[in-house]
Amino acid sequence: MIKFLIYVAIILTVFAIGYLVRVFELSSSLKGDKPHEVTEKDNRLMSKIMLTFLGVFFLFVIYNLVSYIPLMLPESASEHGVGLDWLFNFNMAIIFFVFTITHILLFYFSYKYYGRKGNVATYFTHSNKLEMIWTIIPAVVLAVIIIFGLKAWNKITEPASKEAIVIQLYSKQFDWTARYAGKDNELGASNYKLITDENSLGMDIKDSKGADDIIVKNEFHIPLNKEIEFKLNAREVIHSAFFPHFRAQMNCVPGMTTMLHFTPIITTEEMRKKPYVIELMKGINEKRAARGEKPEEFNYILLCNKICGNSHYNMQMTVVVESEADYNKWLKSKKPYFKK
Amino acid sequence: MENHDQHAQAHHGHEEEHHHTESFVSKHIFSMDHKTISRQFLITAVLMAFIAMTMSFLFRLQLAWPGERFWIMNFLLGDKWAPDGILDPGMYMQLVTIHGTIMVFMVLTGGLSGTFSNLLIPYQIGARDMASGFLNMLSYWFFFLSSVIMLCGFFVETGAASGGWTVYPPLSALPQAMEGSRLGMTLWLVSMSLFIVSALLGGLNYIVTVINLRTKGMSMTRMPLTIWAFFVTAILGVLSFPVLFSAALLLIFDRSFGTSFYLSDIYIGGQALEQTGGSPILYEHLFWFLGHPEVYIIILPALGLTSEIISVNARKPIFGYRAMIGSIMAIGFLSFIVWGHHMFITGMNPFLGSVFVFTTLLIAIPSAVKAFNYITTLWKGNIQYTPAMLFAIGLVSTFISGGLTGIILADSALDIPVHDTLFVVAHFHIVMGVSAILGMLAGVYHWFPKLFLRHMNKKLGYIHFWGTFISAYGVFFPMHFLGLAGLPRRYYSNSAFPMFDNLVDINILITGFAILAALVQIVFLFNFFYSMFRGPKSEQNPWKSNTLEWTTPMANTHGNWPGKLPVVHRWPYDYSKPGKEHDFVPQTVPLEEGEVDGGGH
Repeated sequence: MIKFLIYVAIILTVFAIGYLVRVFELSSSLKGDKPHEVTEKDNRLMSKIMLTFLGVFFLFVIYNLVSYIPLMLPESASEHGVGLDWLFNFNMAIIFFVFTITHILLFYFSYKYYGRKGNVATYFTHSNKLEMIWTIIPAVVLAVIIIFGLKAWNKITEPASKEAIVIQLYSKQFDWTARYAGKDNELGASNYKLITDENSLGMDIKDSKGADDIIVKNEFHIPLNKEIEFKLNAREVIHSAFFPHFRAQMNCVPGMTTMLHFTPIITTEEMRKKPYVIELMKGINEKRAARGEKPEEFNYILLCNKICGNSHYNMQMTVVVESEADYNKWLKSKKPYFKK
Repeated sequence: MENHDQHAQAHHGHEEEHHHTESFVSKHIFSMDHKTISRQFLITAVLMAFIAMTMSFLFRLQLAWPGERFWIMNFLLGDKWAPDGILDPGMYMQLVTIHGTIMVFMVLTGGLSGTFSNLLIPYQIGARDMASGFLNMLSYWFFFLSSVIMLCGFFVETGAASGGWTVYPPLSALPQAMEGSRLGMTLWLVSMSLFIVSALLGGLNYIVTVINLRTKGMSMTRMPLTIWAFFVTAILGVLSFPVLFSAALLLIFDRSFGTSFYLSDIYIGGQALEQTGGSPILYEHLFWFLGHPEVYIIILPALGLTSEIISVNARKPIFGYRAMIGSIMAIGFLSFIVWGHHMFITGMNPFLGSVFVFTTLLIAIPSAVKAFNYITTLWKGNIQYTPAMLFAIGLVSTFISGGLTGIILADSALDIPVHDTLFVVAHFHIVMGVSAILGMLAGVYHWFPKLFLRHMNKKLGYIHFWGTFISAYGVFFPMHFLGLAGLPRRYYSNSAFPMFDNLVDINILITGFAILAALVQIVFLFNFFYSMFRGPKSEQNPWKSNTLEWTTPMANTHGNWPGKLPVVHRWPYDYSKPGKEHDFVPQTVPLEEGEVDGGGH
């Protein structure tokens, strides 16, 4: 009943506004206005709003930059990420420069050349020189961007070195499992047909390489300054292993193994002590306190970044970076999966 | 051409005789007249856009205040999907999926091309109608059916498709993976197949019409840029939509007939599936082979409309007419060899990635040429601020600011940390969502007199533009920062991660602007439907424009021109030409002795 009344109220409101506009239009047509025709007064007003918009827009952009940059991710915790951040800032500087110039021109011209009675526009149809300029300059700038970008890309996608520590990241709806390759640094074979409640990765018991493999959930550790090679798998749908703090990401695709490698350069403990991170966590914990939640410490996180079902928004694993000695100690405390 | 003219003449006379005996059904519903079909497309698209916008309003509420109770959620979605006014995660997924699908396909492909290609191609090239009125009618009705079926998903027990608008398998292929992959997904595929039929019927018609039915004197280089944009768009559609159809067909096979095109080594619901040997990556390739040309299918018509509107209202020829044609063709060509930039981190060969970086960044060159040409067209103009002109200038701004962030995403290395985050959502909403919507609205305000023979209210138009433009930037500019902070897209809530807790203020700001944007669209809806019936009647050429559509009488004449077809003598951009009496010279005015056509001096 309430729904019905609301619908009726909406319809009546629309009619009421309709009649109001009708009255307004009739009265203005009596005055002899042509309500759709654009007058010089309209042009002047719009041109002024154009210029005002330019100013307000740039203030808004600056406000955004000033208040949101302190909320961004901390410095890169991986080796390749440092270069990537530099490249990002370099490209952003170019983008911001072009954005500023074009917007100033666009809105300034919109302001300056508003239509005045008796004024005639300049008949200017083309200029090969100008068009050459704005074909060649973007081409040169893009060449620079492409060269830098591909250099970084080639470095990141090089195969991992032989010494890299191999870890499998196994994704399923809606959690992650990490499997360490153990002493032999080789993962044992697995097959999706062998999956059972106890053997959730479908590991092949007959493969001796798997005998020393270690399986962990919820949290996994990696050593500082060692290259880590992740082998990514998915059980049923595509997931994506996203490590925002390490500027690393790769999809996990059912039926194939994808690879990702990086070298962590800052331990979790060191990161927690950085002034930027302390500020960041202060802000976060203030928000949490306001909601009545307990404070949190900074952690590296692995999250799923490819839509994978209803609980896609909560598929995570904590990553701990620590010194090699601590890492070895931690790993020793874990028992290989097949050990009785 | 002469022959055709006579034939059309005879045909037209014949039509005239029967004009009054036409029934309501053949005149307004199953009409074969391009103007009626155009209106049908437009009204359907406006309604679909309103529905999709309401969806975005609901999920924006959830993102700003996760877990909060909203009476409106329960009111609109019912007890199953919003118990106690709290949005269900499954419903959230349905909303983002169908919002994306409707906006990309129903509104900005069907709605934009369907409305303006149908309206303007025959009008601006001087044809009496489309090459095939019957196929044109079918195109609309397939589109209508597809739109209805798309919405039906919300009325089935398990809900609509919910795997994101890209519906990647295996998520979309396995009914066990989520509720939305059951009947809702089947409806999505049926709807999309019908949509592709509609797009192909329309596209073939547009191409044939532009090639064959141009009036005397309308050479390719005398066509308005609108027609060039529609023409290239239609070619893109005809070449790429069949690939999406094949992708959808294989997906239907995988879902219903046990094939394994996209499936391999899957364990789900406590059982290992038999399918082996397929690859989801194949689907991604097929999907984005359409998906990337698709974004140009969306933006090129909007740019075409803008070219015309900016030139008319700046009272200046469009700057660099031939360079504009060249860039439309370059963008069209390049759009076919860049799809891989959606797949840098899917496990595709890194070398292939490098190739796609190169081709993708090349597109920036013709795009930059277009942007600079628009700005130069404004320079020393005599700008008439009709609402359409405001929307066109707005498009230039969003096309630039959205296009620039594309440089980051096209760069495979820089794409890694922002891939699938809200940075991407912000980027594509500005560059193709907002830009295309602004272009479409510019077109609606500008050609409303040709569509409905009346004018829209100017002041409401001004309010609509500034409200929309400001809130569009208010929504999508701050959204870049969410992505840079690592926040993934399609997250029902970001409260599961402490690291995102401090972003809540940005989310609230965005939702605030989104609500403003939605409210302003009500002003438009009102103006649109009210002006359709009660707006002031328009005179024949209200914007003092050169193109042919304004040489037809202000009536819905079957065959467009009551007498002979017009003959074209010049390019469409002779605005403020020195030595002329008026600041516009319609295309039908013969060249004077010694006068050079096409902007030569």
